[in-house]
Amino acid sequence: MTTVAELLTDAPFFAGLHPETIELIAGCASNVQYEPGALVFREGEPADAFYLLRHGTVSVEAYSATGGPLVIETLEAGDVLGWSWLFTPHRWHFDAHALTAVRATAFDGICLRGKCDADPALGYELVSRFAQTLIERLQWTRLRLLDVYGHAGQR
Amino acid sequence: MPASAELEAPPSGAMVPAPYLVRRRRRETSDTWTLTLEPLSGEGIAPAPGQFTMLYVFGVGEVPISVSGTDGGRLVHTVRAVGAVSAAICAAKPGAVLGVRGPFGTVWPLREAAGRDVVVVAGGVGLAPLRTAVRALEREHDDYGSVTLLYGGRTPGDLLFRGELEQWRRRGRLAVEVTVDAARPDWKGRVGVVPKLIEGARFDPASAVALVCGPEIMMTFSVTALLDRGLAPERIHLSMERNMRCAVGHCGHCQLGPTLVCRDGPVYSYERLAELMEVREL
Repeated sequence: MTTVAELLTDAPFFAGLHPETIELIAGCASNVQYEPGALVFREGEPADAFYLLRHGTVSVEAYSATGGPLVIETLEAGDVLGWSWLFTPHRWHFDAHALTAVRATAFDGICLRGKCDADPALGYELVSRFAQTLIERLQWTRLRLLDVYGHAGQR
Repeated sequence: MPASAELEAPPSGAMVPAPYLVRRRRRETSDTWTLTLEPLSGEGIAPAPGQFTMLYVFGVGEVPISVSGTDGGRLVHTVRAVGAVSAAICAAKPGAVLGVRGPFGTVWPLREAAGRDVVVVAGGVGLAPLRTAVRALEREHDDYGSVTLLYGGRTPGDLLFRGELEQWRRRGRLAVEVTVDAARPDWKGRVGVVPKLIEGARFDPASAVALVCGPEIMMTFSVTALLDRGLAPERIHLSMERNMRCAVGHCGHCQLGPTLVCRDGPVYSYERLAELMEVREL
């Protein structure tokens, strides 16, 4: 049976980490599953975890009272879901639902924050990796803000 | 540009519009229609994948429109109503007559892609100029490695050829990945930008050929993602859009640096385009 540490070693998000660091992170991790349609987290609730998706698709959604839910992004195997655990006020900004059956590794944010406080090198590693993910998502968001499929000056 | 380009005669049918009858008109999205045109006389023309024609609405004007399909001598064009002429084309009902000049332009390098993996990246109405290439890739799939179509649109309602996308997916000769910028939860597909799909697409970067068409910013991001995956610039091909008027390289309106898109394009290799795309004024 594959251990959590072995799963993390194979994940690009954790690529290059020292085996001892992987073990440290794996100490805060557990494997979870969601049925299609299941809520992974809800906007406004405490953000005390993040997820490394191993199978399936999760939608990140914004909800408005007048417009209902709008899917902002879908995430798949290999993607990381959730960074609010790392930054104050540690609350989710969006909803997340499993679109399909999902298998993921969940990381206890409180546990990890404690380890980061005790070991700044670990904190730096994690913040660097989440910053990279944030930059990629920000770039894609900027591309969407440009509304490139809108009307151009055509005849 | 070939040294003798200036001396080559324009192709037959290049200067005078031939009358074509609108046989069918099908709505694709809220502002995009697919028209099937049949020549009023003769056998019509046989555009190759990637080429375009000049469509003339008599009394209104003429615009370049890529060929989205052929059916014997019939021409299929998918047109988005974004201006007076394209709106008039979209409004042309069966029985109306349009003028057609062409075909014009360079073609998707399907022959060069034989034996290799092919990744097709399309955004918005950019799938229309790629459809004949995708159909050929699917039809002759034994001649290629894996074929992957990555298609992005604004919303699910803005996707072209949804029935055909589903057929391509179901037949399984090519991998079809579709994403949209935003969607309601009843959409069960991906939400995100099309260049992101390139990261996870299955192809051999050492030899694969990429065909890319869509808004220029989307193509720029896609090219970056393809280069990041290891594709060589000369194996990335893009279809460019500029202000094409005469379509025979005489008027100069579609000049792109030292090239004319109507004559030297619309399909270029990125190797040729890289420097030009970095020049803002072009």
